[in-house]
Amino acid sequence: MKNVGKLFAAGSNERVFRLKARRDAGTDTPVWQAPQFMTCKKCERRATRQVWAKSLYVCPNCGYYHPIGGYYRLSMVLDHGTFRELDPDVEANDRLNFPGYPEKLEAAQRKTGLKEAVVTATGKIAGVPVVVAVLDSRFFMGSMGTAVGEKITRAVEFATAKHLPLIIFSASGGARMQEGIFSLMQMAKTSAAIQRFSQKGGLYISYLTHPTTGGVTASFASLGDITLAEPGALIGFAGPRVIEQTIGEKLPKGFQRSEYLLEHGFVDAVVPRSEMRKTLAQILQLHTEGGKRN
Amino acid sequence: MIKETLQQIDAIDAEIEALHNAVAQQEDGDILPDDAFNPAPDSVSENEAKITELTNRRAALVEGCADLTAEDRVFLARHPKRPRIDEYIDALFTDFFEQRGDRQCREDEAILGGIARYKGVPVTVIGHRKGSTLEENLRFNFGMPGPEGYRKALRLMKQAEKFHRPIITFIDTPGAYPGKEAEERGQGEAIARNLAEMSALTVPVISVVTGEGSSGGALGLGVANHILMLENAVYSVLSPEGFASILWKDSSRSGEACEMMKLTAQDLYQGGIVEEIIPEPLGGAQADHQKLFACLDTALEKHLVQLCRMSPRALAEQRYKKFRQIGR
Ligand SMILES: [Zn+2]
Repeated sequence: MKNVGKLFAAGSNERVFRLKARRDAGTDTPVWQAPQFMTCKKCERRATRQVWAKSLYVCPNCGYYHPIGGYYRLSMVLDHGTFRELDPDVEANDRLNFPGYPEKLEAAQRKTGLKEAVVTATGKIAGVPVVVAVLDSRFFMGSMGTAVGEKITRAVEFATAKHLPLIIFSASGGARMQEGIFSLMQMAKTSAAIQRFSQKGGLYISYLTHPTTGGVTASFASLGDITLAEPGALIGFAGPRVIEQTIGEKLPKGFQRSEYLLEHGFVDAVVPRSEMRKTLAQILQLHTEGGKRN
Repeated sequence: MIKETLQQIDAIDAEIEALHNAVAQQEDGDILPDDAFNPAPDSVSENEAKITELTNRRAALVEGCADLTAEDRVFLARHPKRPRIDEYIDALFTDFFEQRGDRQCREDEAILGGIARYKGVPVTVIGHRKGSTLEENLRFNFGMPGPEGYRKALRLMKQAEKFHRPIITFIDTPGAYPGKEAEERGQGEAIARNLAEMSALTVPVISVVTGEGSSGGALGLGVANHILMLENAVYSVLSPEGFASILWKDSSRSGEACEMMKLTAQDLYQGGIVEEIIPEPLGGAQADHQKLFACLDTALEKHLVQLCRMSPRALAEQRYKKFRQIGR
């Protein structure tokens, strides 16, 4: 009986996950019922979400990479039926009593169906057990407050304890202003956790997606053993507008984009979304051979 | 507003000095020029009465500096006459030997670092360097380091670990420099690397926030076992101007931001981030450098003695836990 109960729980867990992934992808309602259209942010091509999902939200017309939700991305990389969410209930704390912050959090939660800007989980990729975290730019620009810092740190500590490889998909505007100094300190907290994980021999793949900036770039996102980036993603510490204001000149085309970082030595590879799972599997398998515990 | 108060105090100081000079000259029996607009006071005692009155007024003004707003503290934290890193080194350490360069491509003068003795014990000292004159400000890029600065700092810290030296860092920066080359050379990576490596150091690390500590550019030298903060120093996720421009697209509302950001030493102490607040002379550290150095010296020695008793492992563990519990 116990086993049956477990199986059932696992099954419902997977169903909920798939539902959330479809909602993230905008394909949770049948197209004939309520067709949801989306326009390309760059070339203004218009198509239904179902069509967009087929091309993984990469514009077939102009090649623009649209940001995608956390569960949707996880459904693209994890083996079917292996997803287990970690710490789903960690929520932000309004430590500064910041005017309007609780209301804004609530609105973001309602809009995205997320509790915070990161989803952490365990699962398998091509049969290799992993810990994965995905930042979601739809929730407060994916900014890191105490909840994001705490969830990332817990995921890293879990990976350290279980000797599992770690993958973090970053997408963030940086530290969350509304939690002030406590947000800043999450940079130290997450980086310290990564350092311990690394000292124990753990493999960390940092996957940079659009946009990865500020305090996230200046902490865990830049500490990968392997660093991958999605094409055309904005990746940097200071925002391009701030830099232009400071130096008083226009920045060159493609500045702070994935390809630019590749050229300057800060990324191992720029990987198309369609190759994401395959590339991760290859790297993971290269680290599991030879009797290594990873 | 502290800014106006300090201006008034400065004006009174100038007046008192002028009166003192007049008294001295009169006592010397010098003849004062007959000035129609500023008639010479006819007696020494009249001048002395004026001096007493001004001194009382000055004291009352200074007294009023006890109650400061967050915006006042931001003003004091950025005061051009606030002590700078080289003055701290001169006052608290001996035998300072400066180390330069990141061994990769350049020397970044926005960070000053080297070996020195503290009470006879060799330590590594690192800190943001703003400079005191406009010429120096420009040369040191107003204390805004590029990645090379952070990499130099890390080089010095790893060396300190190798030779079992405690590390003391001084934090005073408007932030890491948002420049084109800084980005191309990996500003984010350099700061991230410092955070990770500092967290695992096996020697004591003490950070002193002396002026403005803004954003990752401050934290890049700040992953310490104990953090001390001067009474009027501020430490925040971003400068109040940057904060206001992000939240309201209006950097002129920075005064409002100061109060909301909870960036004062008292706020950080209550938040469990800072271990001790170093008292400043009334009206700010710029009023009396020596008095501040004495207070800081006492605190620094106390914390260093405490940390030096710990094993290398315990030091790394304590530092990990310190940051681990923030925002748990
Ligand atoms: Zn397009």
